[in-house]
Amino acid sequence: MQLQPILASLKHHKLTALLLVLQVAFSCAIITNAVFLIVQRVQRVTTPSGLDERALSLVEVDDLDAGANPLALHKADLAALRKLPGVESAALISNVPFSNSEHGSGGCTSLAAVHAVMKAQSLNVPGCAQADVYAGTPGTLRTLGLKLVAGRMFDADEYVPDKPSDQSVIASAMIVTQDFARRLYPEHPDHVVGRDVYFGEGLMKGQPTRIVGVVAHLHQANVSSDGSDDQSALLPVEPNELRALFALRSSPARQDSVIKAAVAALNKSNPGRQVSANDAQTYAHMRASYFQGDTTMIGLLLASALGLVFVTALGIAGLASFWVQQRRRSIGIRRAIGAARGDILHYFQIENFLIVTGGVMLGLLLAVALNLWLMSHYELSRLPLFYLPIGALAMWLLGQLAVLSPALRAAAVPPVVATRSV
Amino acid sequence: MFGYYIDMALRSLKRSPILTALMVLAIGLGIGASMTMLTVLNVMTRDPLPGRSAHIYRPHLNPLPLDYHYKPGTVGGPTTALTWPDAKALLDAHRGVRQAAMARGYLTARSDHPGAAAKSVAGSFTTHDFFPMFGVPFVAGHGWSGQDDVDAAPMVVVTRKLAERLFGTASAVGRTAHLGKHDFQVVGVVEDWHPQPLFYAIIGTSFDDGDQFFLPLSTAMSLHLDHNWNNGWGKDDSPTSPTVSWLSFWVELDNPAQVAAYRRFLVDYSAQQKELGRYERPASEARLYGLTQWLHREGLVPNDVMLQTWLALGFLFVCLVNIVALLLAKFLRKGGEISVRRALGARRRDVFRQLGVESALIGLAGGVLGIGLAELGLWAVRQRPNDYAHLARMNGVMLIATVVSAIVVSLLAGLLPAWRACRIAPALQLKAL
Repeated sequence: MQLQPILASLKHHKLTALLLVLQVAFSCAIITNAVFLIVQRVQRVTTPSGLDERALSLVEVDDLDAGANPLALHKADLAALRKLPGVESAALISNVPFSNSEHGSGGCTSLAAVHAVMKAQSLNVPGCAQADVYAGTPGTLRTLGLKLVAGRMFDADEYVPDKPSDQSVIASAMIVTQDFARRLYPEHPDHVVGRDVYFGEGLMKGQPTRIVGVVAHLHQANVSSDGSDDQSALLPVEPNELRALFALRSSPARQDSVIKAAVAALNKSNPGRQVSANDAQTYAHMRASYFQGDTTMIGLLLASALGLVFVTALGIAGLASFWVQQRRRSIGIRRAIGAARGDILHYFQIENFLIVTGGVMLGLLLAVALNLWLMSHYELSRLPLFYLPIGALAMWLLGQLAVLSPALRAAAVPPVVATRSV
Repeated sequence: MFGYYIDMALRSLKRSPILTALMVLAIGLGIGASMTMLTVLNVMTRDPLPGRSAHIYRPHLNPLPLDYHYKPGTVGGPTTALTWPDAKALLDAHRGVRQAAMARGYLTARSDHPGAAAKSVAGSFTTHDFFPMFGVPFVAGHGWSGQDDVDAAPMVVVTRKLAERLFGTASAVGRTAHLGKHDFQVVGVVEDWHPQPLFYAIIGTSFDDGDQFFLPLSTAMSLHLDHNWNNGWGKDDSPTSPTVSWLSFWVELDNPAQVAAYRRFLVDYSAQQKELGRYERPASEARLYGLTQWLHREGLVPNDVMLQTWLALGFLFVCLVNIVALLLAKFLRKGGEISVRRALGARRRDVFRQLGVESALIGLAGGVLGIGLAELGLWAVRQRPNDYAHLARMNGVMLIATVVSAIVVSLLAGLLPAWRACRIAPALQLKAL
């Protein structure tokens, strides 16, 4: 198949062809970037929390009249919750990943590092790092489904009740994530069990906390943009606040009935409080609401990308059928002087390929430019280069699919058309 | 003549129904998507204080030490709010028409009313000018006076909603409200007033339900009530510390001369503080922001919404190019018909008008489709639990704007094709017929 006649014919439709090239180019640029954004958002939404999320439920209670020692009240609640049918384990915890309520603390591996921190007024010194703190009553690890990769769980005598707000306690033991261990001990991250860390209040007072165990993952309370999100520490400190968060593990099938029973039990144990159905939810539900902004965005991006694919395909197909109609006579003549159906089909396919190629070339440049613009305005990351050939391939495929039906119609034009006038 | 053009356009559109449908669909999709996003953007950036916002300004001072490292422009940085000494100095200086300092906090509302459990409610600790400056509508009673601010009077202004919660009725003036561990005398009841966004909150992403009570700032400080945001950089972290920022500050300035004078005053104040050795940074870092300017600075328009809007406009653009190409093909194909009309005496202008009418008709149909699609899109947005989502509704202006922009877009799209079509040489075309 020769390109020359195709190019010659395109020259007659310079403006129309150029417009099609432009449309393909802009679609290509927008779709490539939209797909990149979608992939990033999907990665965010599927971030592992480190918990065994199935069949984990949460109930929140706000006891405004609990007095000076709310822990006693909440321990009684916990005992009642553990007796509910279907509850496998329960714990009173400070917070969970993706809950928006974070509590960070700094830790240092030596007193020298502590002094360096005090001097620099920043945790950005070797041997020190920041972690999100999760505290809970005995049974926390089991209820959350955390897996130890080294060391042991907390012993019963290591648990201490938290003190009211302005004074805090220093725990004797802590369990850290692998990531936090790596930050604290970059040289030997696999041998941290048994080491002492000056952590949280202990950092101020020079009092160490011993690492007794390591868990694989435990995500921080929030997703940050820099990706360092798995630096967490578990403390054997029992939350002692008016607001209490109970975590319940049950079998997946009984989750709904367990939540209902828990709300009823909590309201019964203390008639002064009003726990509503809104205060109790599955972990999956809480996680979904944390990421709902992202899921909205994924939906919108997906709808826009599909809309663009649709409009571009319509544009290509619409114009191609127009050209086929316009050239019926010349197609007939070509058929009459010996062109096979395949030749006509290929003619339109190659013509489309040329136009889309032009669009793709321009489109890839635009895609990179658009990405750079987005990077400077919306803190997005750089578009990985492998998106470009995939985008190009997709546009070629889209073009060929869109042109197929008009091209087949062109190939079906009988040679006899040549003998008719108009 | 116009009716004749419409008739011709309808005939022409009917002749190629699929192509017409494609063009209407493209306009409808593009307009629908961009109108949906623009409506959401409109909701996000709407004026929290219509009629007043142009006169409300936010002073910004920078008392941070030179070696304090933070990224300039960080949302929620220490200089987002003022320290107590600075806020006090600005209040006492009285350089604005009105001025008020404020911080938000939560208190437990206990009701004597049977059946109402204690509930934690949000409110503001502020100074007396707050109500007249922001135009808070009173149902009954009034705000407190400047003297009450000085005296740290145990007074409170509650919203109708909180009054009904506490007392079962909105006529609560003179009664005693139990908030937190203290009792306050209700001096005024206001409508459930919550500007959206809640611009005066320091962490301003709040599209929340707003405040339900207002207490004198001095009262809150003497009772050591907790406020929900502060950011310190020194050793002293008490509320009166010169190194803890926690107060939002707004000032009313009615004309450009006052604005310029206040700006000068802020720079002079910073220079004076620098001389006293409290400030380390140049006095020129003092700023005065207008209300809308402040909202943009605080990033109250989420990046996602901006991104979605750009996406929708990009989409509209691709649709536009699409329609231009389709119209061009369509109009050029009518070369024969146009030539006959030209030979019979129609001027280029007439042909151009006729083709314009045809484009506008496509735009009208596309606009109607666009309204349907935008309503569908906004309905989908309202189903999302985002805090602003339930506000996303199209008003009359947006409806008209949708149709008008659809017609304008399609007229623009038709411009080039129509111009090309009316430049066809009639003689050549007629020979070929």
